[in-house]
Amino acid sequence: MENEKHDIIPYRTFLFVLAGLILMTLTSVALTQIYLGTLTIAIALIIASVKSSFVLRIFMHLKFENKFFSRMFIAVALLICSVITLTLLDYLFR
Amino acid sequence: MSTHTNIHRDDLSSKLGMWLFLFTEMLLFGGLFVVYTIYRYLNPTAFHQAAQELSIFVGTLNTIILLCSSASIAMSITAIRLKNKKAALLLLGVTIILGLAFLVNKYFEWGNHLREHIYPGSAILALRGQGDVLFYGLYFFMTGLHALHIIIGLVFIGVVTVSVSKNRITHNNFSLLENSGLYWHLVDLIWIFLFPLFYLIT
Amino acid sequence: MSDHENIREPSYLEYEGKHKGIFAWILSTDHKRIGMLYLFSILTMFAIGATIGLLMKFELIAPGKTIMGPQTYNAFFTLHGIIMIFTVVIPGLPAVFGNFFLPIMIGAKDVAFPRLNLLSWYLYVSGVLLVIISQFTGQGPPDTGWTFYAPYSFKTINNMLPAVFGAFVLGFSSVLTGLNFLVTMHRMRAPGMTWLKMPLFPWTLYATGWVQLLATPIIGITLLMVAGERILHIGFFDPVLGGDPILFQHLFWTYSHPAVYIMILPAMGAISEIIATFSHKALFGYKFMIGSALAIAFVGYFVWGHHMFTSGMSGTALYSFSLMTFLVAIPSAIKVFNWIATMHKGSIDPQTPFYWAMGFIFVFMVGGFSGLVLGALATDVHLHNTHFVLAHFHFIVFGGTGFAFFGAMHYWFPKITGKMYDTKWANTGLLLFFMGFIALYGSMFYLGMKGMPRRYYDYDEIFHAGNILSTMGSWVLYSGAAIIIINLFYSLKAGATAPADPWGGKTLEWTIPSPPTVENFTDQPIVTKGPYDYK
Repeated sequence: MENEKHDIIPYRTFLFVLAGLILMTLTSVALTQIYLGTLTIAIALIIASVKSSFVLRIFMHLKFENKFFSRMFIAVALLICSVITLTLLDYLFR
Repeated sequence: MSTHTNIHRDDLSSKLGMWLFLFTEMLLFGGLFVVYTIYRYLNPTAFHQAAQELSIFVGTLNTIILLCSSASIAMSITAIRLKNKKAALLLLGVTIILGLAFLVNKYFEWGNHLREHIYPGSAILALRGQGDVLFYGLYFFMTGLHALHIIIGLVFIGVVTVSVSKNRITHNNFSLLENSGLYWHLVDLIWIFLFPLFYLIT
Repeated sequence: MSDHENIREPSYLEYEGKHKGIFAWILSTDHKRIGMLYLFSILTMFAIGATIGLLMKFELIAPGKTIMGPQTYNAFFTLHGIIMIFTVVIPGLPAVFGNFFLPIMIGAKDVAFPRLNLLSWYLYVSGVLLVIISQFTGQGPPDTGWTFYAPYSFKTINNMLPAVFGAFVLGFSSVLTGLNFLVTMHRMRAPGMTWLKMPLFPWTLYATGWVQLLATPIIGITLLMVAGERILHIGFFDPVLGGDPILFQHLFWTYSHPAVYIMILPAMGAISEIIATFSHKALFGYKFMIGSALAIAFVGYFVWGHHMFTSGMSGTALYSFSLMTFLVAIPSAIKVFNWIATMHKGSIDPQTPFYWAMGFIFVFMVGGFSGLVLGALATDVHLHNTHFVLAHFHFIVFGGTGFAFFGAMHYWFPKITGKMYDTKWANTGLLLFFMGFIALYGSMFYLGMKGMPRRYYDYDEIFHAGNILSTMGSWVLYSGAAIIIINLFYSLKAGATAPADPWGGKTLEWTIPSPPTVENFTDQPIVTKGPYDYK
């Protein structure tokens, strides 16, 4: 069993991350109220991605796991993006 | 075949198994994100306008609720590893209550739409135009599927909570708790993307 | 005999634990028994699907009505496709031979999650039951083809939901099997068996596992969308409501193309094992075989549009998908080259499995080349939805996965059953099978080029001669298959006792008794050499 005492994440860390996540949520709400055209959705998704990376790395422990897990997660995310992109190749150029 | 169920317990296998399962969930919702992308691209104005009918307040509240519930279940793992069974149970309880709160909000949100006859297949919705039909079709389908996963997650966490209280999950044996946390975080992650795509594209 | 019996550990076939009789099988979490449960289920479904095919071919022996009306014909080709794709070739080799041999070939006692494994089989059976139910409820059996294309799939009055949910449940079974195998290979290889000492069949199961895991959910959600369309009129694929039927095709094929790699990759793995063993020579280009398997799995995700060249996609999509389709052929070609190179200067033992492997290489190449013809945009316009396409995929799927399945059946029969099959009858069946196969499907290339459409109940007189040849081919093929299967059942009872290693194979399954004991190995093997150590 590879769970040693020093591996345990303190409560404080989770609470700080939570605070950051709530802050980012409120920021994205505020930013998207301003009219920024096509940039709006891009900003919202970027903030969502940053939030996700915190959930993944801290809450889901990926920062401390074997690199295989992070790499596979990224690979799956890229796969989904590729499928969306390839499908868009049809609709964008009709 | 009971002879070979006495295999030495392998927590890393369970964790790997849960991550692989999470990948399938990502792909399941991924298909819906494909549909969303295409129809949003084809109906930008209608999506933009329909999104304005959703309550940003409720959406933001639900987002924060789920983020808090993710934090609480993550902290429950710290608690069990510090041999603090009471704290673990408390934090698990908080997670469940927050999850239920999310569902209650959703119930009222959907209720509002149903009252105005906005739901898939309704004649009123069809009259509003194709863009609206697609927006709300996606809205109900995606948040509905997400809510189903919240329910599944809550059942899972419920089982885990009982196991903690019966000392089947301890500081030495918490793989099930960890894995239920992973599932719950994924449900949170999906909402992190659903929220801007439906509520913030105004 | 009796003293020896008392010391000998019971085989997995004889073992009696907590449960008795049939329950000792359907409640068993032993990967070997689960593999056998799948074998009998899949063979049953194959027999049903093949019989439907036989009847369809009989209908087509002459223009006009022969034995059935047009609605029945549509229901038949739908059911034939659903059965063959979802209940035979997709589970196929992984569920039967993967379950039985993956743990053994990596030196393990079982898979990572034995109870999940049994659940996979229960899901399989449930899916099959739903498919059967779909035939007898509602307004009539489904008639959309196994591809469930919108808008017909949500407009038809015929009964769609049980079939749609059946396919969903079958998909879930496939996902869990893939998940189980992936974790098994990551965590349960015997000491000393590094990744690069693992034989090819497990490696192909590894590549396949990722495809099962990551592609199947897409069809899961797509089927749910079809259900949503039928029940809720959700509008995703209904033009009246703003949906696009072509989007259904995109989503459907985003899974269903990688699905064909689920079908073929383990087949290629089994063929690699067979060729190495019967050439008494190490597999040529072991690392390239692994790399090409992974490359096929990866590139296979990005070619799905080649099923949609005439549907109305943009020009950019057309040539992107065509380009990717040509690229995915390259790793397959590498494999064919390496199989031939393995045989070169080997010491060939021409047993039945080896004949199946040689047949595989031939039909797989024919199927593969015809795939290039279809992958080229200009030629595809003429050939799409004709019998040429039918010929292509029957050569490559039935020829590929089917030949490999029969080859694997004979290769591993001694190990699974402890008996030897009758070689003369096995080879006779194979010959008939092969001749029937070529006549049945070869003629379809010609018919397709001449313009005969697929899924049509009737046809013009100019196609008559080709159809007669094709239908007769189906009779010969069916007889060959019957002989093969009856021979195997007969040999179960009356075959000679099989030794642990009848073929001189070098992978781990040949080091344990035939049939294996419950725990596979008495002592955990320590691996020091590569998998094809033929010096």
